Amino acid sequence: MNTHSHSEKLLLSGDEAVARGAWEAGVRVAAAYPGTPSTEILEALAPLPEVDAQWSVNEKVAYEVAYGAAIGGVRALTACKHVGLNVAMDPLMTSAYTGINAGFVVVVADDPGLHSSQNEQDTRWVGLYGKLPILEPSDPAEALEFTKLAFELSEQFDTPVLLRLTTRVAHSKQDVAVGMRVAGPHKAFRVDAAKYVMVPRHAGPRHAVVEARLAQLRDHAEQTPLNRVELRGRQLGFVTSGVSYLYVRELFPDASVLKLGFSYPFCDDKIRAFAAQVQALVVVEELDPFIETHLRALGLPLRAKHPSFQVGELRPEFIPAIVRGEEKQVKPFPARKPVLCPGCAHRAVFTVLRDLKLVVAGDIGCYTLGASPPLASVHTCLCMGSGFTIHEGFRRAHVHGDRVVGVLGDSTFVHSGITGLINAVYNRVKGVLLILDNGTTAMTGAQHHPATGKTIREEPTQKLVLEDLCRACGADHVDVVDAMDTGLFRRTLEQRLQDDALSVIIARSPCWQLVRTRHAPPEFRREQCQQCYECLEIDCPALSKAADGMIQIDPARCTGCNLCVDRCAYEALLPLRAEPDADSCPGTCG
Amino acid sequence: MEPRTYNMLFCGVGGQGVLKAAEICGLAALRAGYHVRKAEVHGMSQRGGSVESHLRFGAEVFSPLIPAGQADFVVSFDRIEGAKFQDALKPGGVHFNRYLPLLRKHGIDPRFENTFFLGVLSRFLPLAREVWLAALAQGFARAPDENRRIFLLGAETDLGDGT
Repeated sequence: MNTHSHSEKLLLSGDEAVARGAWEAGVRVAAAYPGTPSTEILEALAPLPEVDAQWSVNEKVAYEVAYGAAIGGVRALTACKHVGLNVAMDPLMTSAYTGINAGFVVVVADDPGLHSSQNEQDTRWVGLYGKLPILEPSDPAEALEFTKLAFELSEQFDTPVLLRLTTRVAHSKQDVAVGMRVAGPHKAFRVDAAKYVMVPRHAGPRHAVVEARLAQLRDHAEQTPLNRVELRGRQLGFVTSGVSYLYVRELFPDASVLKLGFSYPFCDDKIRAFAAQVQALVVVEELDPFIETHLRALGLPLRAKHPSFQVGELRPEFIPAIVRGEEKQVKPFPARKPVLCPGCAHRAVFTVLRDLKLVVAGDIGCYTLGASPPLASVHTCLCMGSGFTIHEGFRRAHVHGDRVVGVLGDSTFVHSGITGLINAVYNRVKGVLLILDNGTTAMTGAQHHPATGKTIREEPTQKLVLEDLCRACGADHVDVVDAMDTGLFRRTLEQRLQDDALSVIIARSPCWQLVRTRHAPPEFRREQCQQCYECLEIDCPALSKAADGMIQIDPARCTGCNLCVDRCAYEALLPLRAEPDADSCPGTCG
Repeated sequence: MEPRTYNMLFCGVGGQGVLKAAEICGLAALRAGYHVRKAEVHGMSQRGGSVESHLRFGAEVFSPLIPAGQADFVVSFDRIEGAKFQDALKPGGVHFNRYLPLLRKHGIDPRFENTFFLGVLSRFLPLAREVWLAALAQGFARAPDENRRIFLLGAETDLGDGT
């Protein structure tokens, strides 16, 4: 992001616009754990010299670091995806009580349509639940403007402010007019136990402050230009927010609209006045009936979407059906399934887990792709860090005996898997826990974490050594194996499954996207092929069945990892590595 | 500046440069002074899965997603992926599946397919050649000369369909 540009337009994503807005507002500290679709906010802030940016260990840590900076006196921001905010809910709920000092903005990006998430929760309820104001931009230009406003509101009302994005705001781009940075406040922390030390005798009075503040925020909601009445034709009057506003404008350009940019608490008077000016009131919103529920409580007659539209994201072409009150009609749209990259070491691990017919408790990361057939060797995916703890639950259920393993990635292990390992040690559970260590947070686009030894700015830092940590936690055995060495990995795993112990196996091999090592594809010998298709069972995108039933290798995609070679019992696939191994026989003796 | 909105749906498979092509088209439209909107998703769907990017420009554009049936162009880098978006196309719109054979005919390196198709697309859009070349240079840090050559090939070759 070019911070020197002035009064020009840049093509910015919603995430980049949030970063730009925060920078312009004088943000000093920003902390996050990566999560689609929010990741690019911190990536855009990291290079800016005025901002102290970090990848935090998890969202709770990020929230607390940024909150600490805000009460410590400078403007601060944390960003996460919707499910990331769940991890930070503990500090969030009580930070509503303490309020802030310098401005504190909590950016949360929901993922309607589950483009890259495990659920479709609607974060607007967190505003209601936590009694916090929500700003909801419709596009990148508003994301920049609203971020700046969020810092001002935060200081004006002494509260964290939620800035809620959705995928179509975070990941759409638009021409955005950018401005310059203001210095931002530098406010000393004033010792005030009644405000910042939330013990019962302080928190009770602070709860009253929260309720009084909510009433003030309601007044503000009536005044703010972010809640905008656009009177056009009076036949239809839409109440909408976020990207849904743009869909309404696209499909019903002549209708009146009440656009809620400050979407919680609600501007009841403005809503009632708008309703009185239009013949039919229509609520258009993505996911849950958040606006609808409130408007119904106000006793307003209205039309809202059929409940079938609560599942999945809205698309512009849905709006007429919503207005007519019809059920959602979607033609099945065959999307190509995402798959582990060619050369990915996770494929090697999951092939072994499947062959051993193990029950595998997994969690969130690229390796969740191991759940889809034909690998089909991740059997649970609930939330970050749950691979180890669900494994423990399976063990305690005693139904599957010892044929269960828990799987986490390196970044996920650090995020919230360490506590599960300690719990297993403490509570004397036996079993095998796998850390698939590819040296990065891969699924979100390769971000650093404590075990990579680099900061968000690629600066070297103390590296967390996973095997040392696992030993310190008290695991009986900690093995480190090359994840691509399927033979060694399988032998180690089988041994540890037999041991009456709690074992951690770290299957280590760098993410292929980071190293991009290529060797020659294996040689396919047609005459040897028995068409058993065992090689296709590794689900490699470089390998497919040709029209004649033979195997074909896509040389543009094959990385020469030779995992398929190991699967072939008929020597129809032979390794053909370009570089001869230095230690091997030169093959000149005939 | 033309008052109408231009809608381009770029699609293909992860790794084909689909998002990059849409980005460069957007940068060119921005340079020409248009209001630009672009929508796509990142993350899990990019791992070898289907990739689509919606790009719209005009005097005033609202939705970042192109409403069904309103795409002027489906710029497809993969025949199967492209075929899925038949309904996205407006009557009389141009589907790039018809130009996929040109990639083979000209022996376009897969890494430059997106540049070639931007060249082809440029023939249909009201954006000046120098605007495209500046956007191309901005979007591709590497191999500027080769990108320029292949873009111009796409912009000038006989498309074989009278356009």
